[in-house]
Amino acid sequence: MAHYELTAPLTEEAVRKLRVDDTVSLNGTLFGIRDATQIHMFDRGRKTRFDLSGHAVIHTAPNVKKVQKSAAYPAGYAPLCVGTTTSDRMERFTRPLMQQCGVRLVIGKGGLRDESLRAFGDLGGAYLAIIGGTAALETTWVESIEDVDLDDLNPESLWKFRVRNFGPLLVAMDSHGGSLYSEVKRTAQERRAAALRRLGVR
Amino acid sequence: MKIDLRQVEEAAKELYIRALKRLPPDVKQGFDALAKSETDAGARRMLGTMIRNIGVAEDTDNLLCQDTGIPIYNVWIGRGVELDGVALKLAIRRGCERSTREYSFRSSIVHPTTRVNEQTSCGRGVPIINVDFSEDEESLVIEMLPKGSGSENNSWLRMAVPAEGVDAIKTFVIDCVLEAGGKTCPPTIVGVGVGGTADLCVHLAKVAATRALGTHCDDPEGARLEEELGPAVNMLGVGPQGLGGDSTAFAVHVETAATHITMNPVAVNMQCHSARRARATFRPSGVEYGY
Repeated sequence: MAHYELTAPLTEEAVRKLRVDDTVSLNGTLFGIRDATQIHMFDRGRKTRFDLSGHAVIHTAPNVKKVQKSAAYPAGYAPLCVGTTTSDRMERFTRPLMQQCGVRLVIGKGGLRDESLRAFGDLGGAYLAIIGGTAALETTWVESIEDVDLDDLNPESLWKFRVRNFGPLLVAMDSHGGSLYSEVKRTAQERRAAALRRLGVR
Repeated sequence: MKIDLRQVEEAAKELYIRALKRLPPDVKQGFDALAKSETDAGARRMLGTMIRNIGVAEDTDNLLCQDTGIPIYNVWIGRGVELDGVALKLAIRRGCERSTREYSFRSSIVHPTTRVNEQTSCGRGVPIINVDFSEDEESLVIEMLPKGSGSENNSWLRMAVPAEGVDAIKTFVIDCVLEAGGKTCPPTIVGVGVGGTADLCVHLAKVAATRALGTHCDDPEGARLEEELGPAVNMLGVGPQGLGGDSTAFAVHVETAATHITMNPVAVNMQCHSARRARATFRPSGVEYGY
C-alpha cells in the first residue's frame, strides 16, 4: 500500500502504477461532473471548451453561491459545500469519458461496475473512493472554483475546481482488474446463507 | 390554540437549514457505538472520518452533505389546534423555497421528464407534506427530513404471497442490503415496511428509515423482527461505503400495518449515515426546535 501525491494532467504510466488499497491526495485541477453533464456530453453531443485529457473528475454537483467575479472567485461562484454523489448511476459514461476526453481518474462513492473496470484496464485509469456524506470536510480541500462550463445545467454544470491536499482517497478500482467493491460483494454473497440461517429462514 | 402561519413559514425555512447542518444526537451516538464495535481497521478509519465531518460541519457552520435531498415535512396537529390546513401547506412550501434562496443551498428538485430545476427545492408535489393528528391538546409538530437520493434510489417493494410467510420478509431485507452495497452511503438505517397496501407498505418503510435510532416498533412482532434483522444485516460484511467491515447498518427499523388475507407485502427504504432530521414544536408558550 503506497501513498501518492498527484497533480493532473497525469500520464497513463503514472495511473497504471496505482493499485487497490493505495491512497492518493490530489493537488491542482479537479473537474466536477454529474448525470446531466454526461447525458448532455455523450448522448446529446454537447462539447466542452475544457481539456480533460489526463485529468481527474469527481462525481459531484456542489452547493455554490453566485458572487462578483474576482481573483478569489474567478468563475463568479463561491464553493459553499462540495461533496460527492453515488457513482453507480453514471456507470455507462466511464468509457466515453476516458476514450473521448482522455480522463484518467474518476473520483466517487459507492463504486462502479465491471464495464468501468474493463475501461480502466483497457485505457489506463482508476477509481478513487471518497467517503460519501462527508462534504463539510471535503469542502475544506477545495480552494476555489476556477471556471465553469455547460452552466445552463447548474448545479450539474462542468466545474473546474482548484484543490489542495484533496484526500486521502482510496484506490478502490485499478487498471489491473482489481476492485475492492467486487471483493466485498463476493464475500457478502458468501455470507448470505449464514445470515439467513441465523434468521431461521428455511 | 391558534397557530400563526407566519411562524410556520419561518419554521419551515429554519428547519431545512438546521437539518442540513446538524446531525441528531441519537445518530451521533449510533456512530460512537459502531466505532467501538467495528473490527475492520479500514472501516474504523472511515467511521472516524464520518465522525470528523460532523464536527467540521458544526465548526464551519456548513452542510453535512452536499445532497440537500428531497424535502419532506411531517406535520402532527394536536386536538386543540385551530388552523387553515390549506394555508398551512402553502406556508410550509413558502418556507422551503425561502430556505433554498436565502441560504443559497443547492436545489436538488427537477421535473421528472423535462429535468427542469426551478432552483427553489420545490416542484409538483414537492415539498412532500404529510399531515397527521396527535392526541396532544396544545401542540403542532413539524418534522423536516432532507431525504438523500443515494439512499432513496435504493428502495424496493415486493408483493410476496402468504405462502411465503415471514421468511420472504427476512430474505427480502437481506437481499436488498446486498443489492444496495455501497450505493446507499452505509452505515444506514434500514427501513422495512411490512403489510398494508403497496403504497402504505413503502410509506411504512420510509417512516421506519427516518425514525430516531434507539426507538422501536410499537408492534411487538415488528420489534422482534428489528432485533433479529439488525445483527443479521451486519453479518454480511458490506461495511461503511460498501468497502467492507461490520458496520453496514446502525439498525434495522420495522413498521407494520394489517394487510389483506391474500397479501404479504414488504418494502425497504434506506437512510444514509447522514440521517438528518429537525423538528419544531409549537406550543402556546412559543416554538421549540429540536430533532
